[in-house]
Amino acid sequence: MIPDNILPAAIVLSSLIPGLFIFLLDEERHVLRTVLNMAGALGKLVLVGLLIQGVYEERLIESRWTLAPGLDLVLSADALSVLFVTLSTVLWLVTTVYAVGYLEHSSHRSRFFGFFSLCVTATVGLALAGNLLTFVIFYEALTLSTYPLVAHRGTPDSAQGARVYLAYTLGGGVLLLTGAVWLRSLAGPVIFTQGGMLSDLAGVYDGQLIAIFFLLVGGLGVKAALVPLHGWLPQAMVAPAPVSALLHAVAVVKAGAFGIIRVVYDIYGVVLAESLGLLSVLATMASITIIYGSLRALSQDGLKKRLAYSTVSQVSYIALGASVFGPIATIGGVVHLVHQGVMKITLFFCAGNYAETLGVHRVSEMNGVGRRMPWTTLAFTVGALGMIGVPPVAGFVSKWYLGLGAAEAGSDWVLLILVASSLLNAAYFFPILFRAWLADPPASWPEEHIAARRLETTGALLWPPVVTALLALVAGLFAAAPVSPLEWAELIARREYGL
Amino acid sequence: MIDWLALTVALPLLGSVLAAAIPARSPGIGMATGLLTTTAALSVGVLIAHAGELRSDLGGWGVPLGIALQADGLSGALLVMANLVALGISAYALGYFASGLRRHFWPLWLLLWSALNALFLAADVFNIYVTLELLGIAAAALGALTGGQAAIAANLRYLLVGLLGSMTYLLGVAILYTGLGTLDLRLAAESLTPGPLAWTAGALMLGGLLLKAALFPLHFWLPPAHAQAPAPVSAALSALVVKAAFYLVLRLWIDLFASVVGPGPGILLGALGAGGVIWGSWRAFRSERLKLLAAYSTVAQVGYLFLFFPLLAAAALPKQQELLGALLLLALTHGFAKAGLFLSAGLLQKHAGHDRIAELGPAIRSLPAVAFAMGLAGVALVGLPPSGAFIAKWILLTESFAMDRWWWALVVLVGTLMASAYVFRLLANAFGPAAHQDAVELGGDVQTEKIGRMIQAPALLMALVAVVLLGLGAEPLWGLLGSSSP
Repeated sequence: MIPDNILPAAIVLSSLIPGLFIFLLDEERHVLRTVLNMAGALGKLVLVGLLIQGVYEERLIESRWTLAPGLDLVLSADALSVLFVTLSTVLWLVTTVYAVGYLEHSSHRSRFFGFFSLCVTATVGLALAGNLLTFVIFYEALTLSTYPLVAHRGTPDSAQGARVYLAYTLGGGVLLLTGAVWLRSLAGPVIFTQGGMLSDLAGVYDGQLIAIFFLLVGGLGVKAALVPLHGWLPQAMVAPAPVSALLHAVAVVKAGAFGIIRVVYDIYGVVLAESLGLLSVLATMASITIIYGSLRALSQDGLKKRLAYSTVSQVSYIALGASVFGPIATIGGVVHLVHQGVMKITLFFCAGNYAETLGVHRVSEMNGVGRRMPWTTLAFTVGALGMIGVPPVAGFVSKWYLGLGAAEAGSDWVLLILVASSLLNAAYFFPILFRAWLADPPASWPEEHIAARRLETTGALLWPPVVTALLALVAGLFAAAPVSPLEWAELIARREYGL
Repeated sequence: MIDWLALTVALPLLGSVLAAAIPARSPGIGMATGLLTTTAALSVGVLIAHAGELRSDLGGWGVPLGIALQADGLSGALLVMANLVALGISAYALGYFASGLRRHFWPLWLLLWSALNALFLAADVFNIYVTLELLGIAAAALGALTGGQAAIAANLRYLLVGLLGSMTYLLGVAILYTGLGTLDLRLAAESLTPGPLAWTAGALMLGGLLLKAALFPLHFWLPPAHAQAPAPVSAALSALVVKAAFYLVLRLWIDLFASVVGPGPGILLGALGAGGVIWGSWRAFRSERLKLLAAYSTVAQVGYLFLFFPLLAAAALPKQQELLGALLLLALTHGFAKAGLFLSAGLLQKHAGHDRIAELGPAIRSLPAVAFAMGLAGVALVGLPPSGAFIAKWILLTESFAMDRWWWALVVLVGTLMASAYVFRLLANAFGPAAHQDAVELGGDVQTEKIGRMIQAPALLMALVAVVLLGLGAEPLWGLLGSSSP
């Protein structure tokens, strides 16, 4: 089959190469473009299957390329990277289907799908990054490849949103770069190592290590939308719906959260981070973000804006899990990386469906939408219940482990945060569900683009949210099954804590 | 055995004479000469990779009397870059110039090419002066090619400043010769000792070259000259001619003066470089016109190159080599990226009939390959991954932290942010309303010219080299440098 020293590179290339070809295609080559997209997405899925098997067997899977003396581009697979790669690969496949349906008649499709592929390439690249240099390279590449997607519509609004997005993310990139080179000058090549790799420096360079930690987390916090670095996220909502789905569930905010996990566990090591007092600061930042995001979501009438603030809040559960000392909280944080992704992408797909089918953009316009679009609304309901943490949807599992972990670590105040945020989640999601299912529909919808025939909207728009909603249910119902995200998160926690 | 070193100089010179003699055939002669010259330069590069150093004594007189050519890893890499870029510019110029300007362009351009190659290969300080003078005259003449009032004024100033620079340099050479009795770089390096002689000669020689390298605040002549020239000439001036002067500063610095002048001058050069980074980026950001933006960006990029000097002076040998490799990589990346940017700018100017950034949107959107080339060139200028500039900056940053000189790193980081600001201010224009609305807007402009595919290729290729090839495949550069000791 594919040798272990090529497999990670092949996974990255499986979306890069189709992406480059797509750039060269004429606008009208609709079929060929879709074939290239799907071939890349399915091919990547197969390769990721091979990768999962290899990591389960604890084989060394690594591609390496020397950029300069002592500077290696390393793509390697460990349990954590596999989790993120799998998530982005599966969701990319679904999002591609959705995007093909969504952009059916718009202009600049080759440009869109080209950058779309580059964006996923950057995401899997940073998921597989084996050292900090590689991570930084793909982290910046992610910024560059998402900027054209946010700016895609070419309206003054989207130009403004893209400008803000770029200012935040490039600023964050510079912080990350500063932290990375500073750390390298102290510690040599920063290779991601389970349990951390800085314990030799502790005691001598404590002050510098603390400063570097905040530079790194500051840079990552921009993408992870930690308050007060979250300002770009609501503005970037002007992007087309598949891009929002990608930004919120798969690529951008996840890259930030994933990076924070890497910094805490595989650079500093959770023990060192705890002894330097870094975890409690991170926990505080995450908690503030969770509450603040939920509070802001309450007052948003725009559906996508409300979802955006909900993302601000939900992604910080991941950082919170990383910052509570103990394997159970770790499991909760890591598994939420997957669960939030699946649930949030469902919600954004649904929001896109309402907008594309009926022209419904605001919560206040959603009265009775459940009768007109029952399947979409059902999927939306599953996602929303999951976000609140209602069993058996996946979100419940995350919150359960986070709460259990906090109790175990003696951080009772985290429980309070969890309860408060769940109540707030309910407060901003239940009114939507209530309107959608129980209120009477208006005489006519704002702009009905797609008439109801056998399906409530086009198939390419309908199936993706239904599938991801099912995934969110399955991940919750079968959390104890051997290949569930939870099981894999437990594997990661065991390896990080050396249990 | 073929003397490739001599051929890289002689071929374009011969081509220049031929092109002047048979103006009707000049484009064909120019392209053929360009291909042959680039082949010769590539051969020099390959030979250096194997043998480490090349030297050739023309006429067999030998040191110290004869004209000697030599090449090592540093000059070899720059020579190869310069010839590839020059070839790209030539291919672009085939389609760019209307027939009237064509007959003047090719002889001058080949003369400039010859002078450039001779400069990289010069082995003694007087030959350097000769090549410098030739290069300056050919460059100024090319810059004024369009014959416009502003172009002539800017390039007359360019010529005079260039003369001032080379004269100052010559004065330093005279003092060096009086003191040491030799003009050969290697012999001079052996006998130069710290003292007033070294100081004066160094100050004059380097000072003259710094003026030509446009180090802040001696850059004042560059923006008008580079912005007024026709696009292929701007590309050559910014990517190659400035780089040649910079190469000489570096050459004299590491071969002759670094060991005899102490840390002060290195820090001074670094500080001026920092000034260039900040001032050049700021002016680029404020520029209303694309070519002026590109020209100020050159001022900033030259500044980055000088940031290496204080670190090079303070580093011990293995680190010094690492830094020198990074410096070379940055210079090469800038060469390709800036040429790509200027060539793209020229196409946009042709297509839209102007180069006012705020109104370029429709032109950029109707030429996606050009937009892509500009995007890639921009990535390299900012120093974002995966460009060669990113690797170079990573090394510069790491070393300045490691050597406890973090303030240089601060300049790089601030400069990076400022560069993103001016690059993306430009690139934001690539996103706008659908194509058919643009067509209306463009059609209203009488000066619009159709842009063929062939003429877009060089810009895109050069930008790709800067980002992909130099970003991912730069490692052999350090091996190349390892063969010659700084």
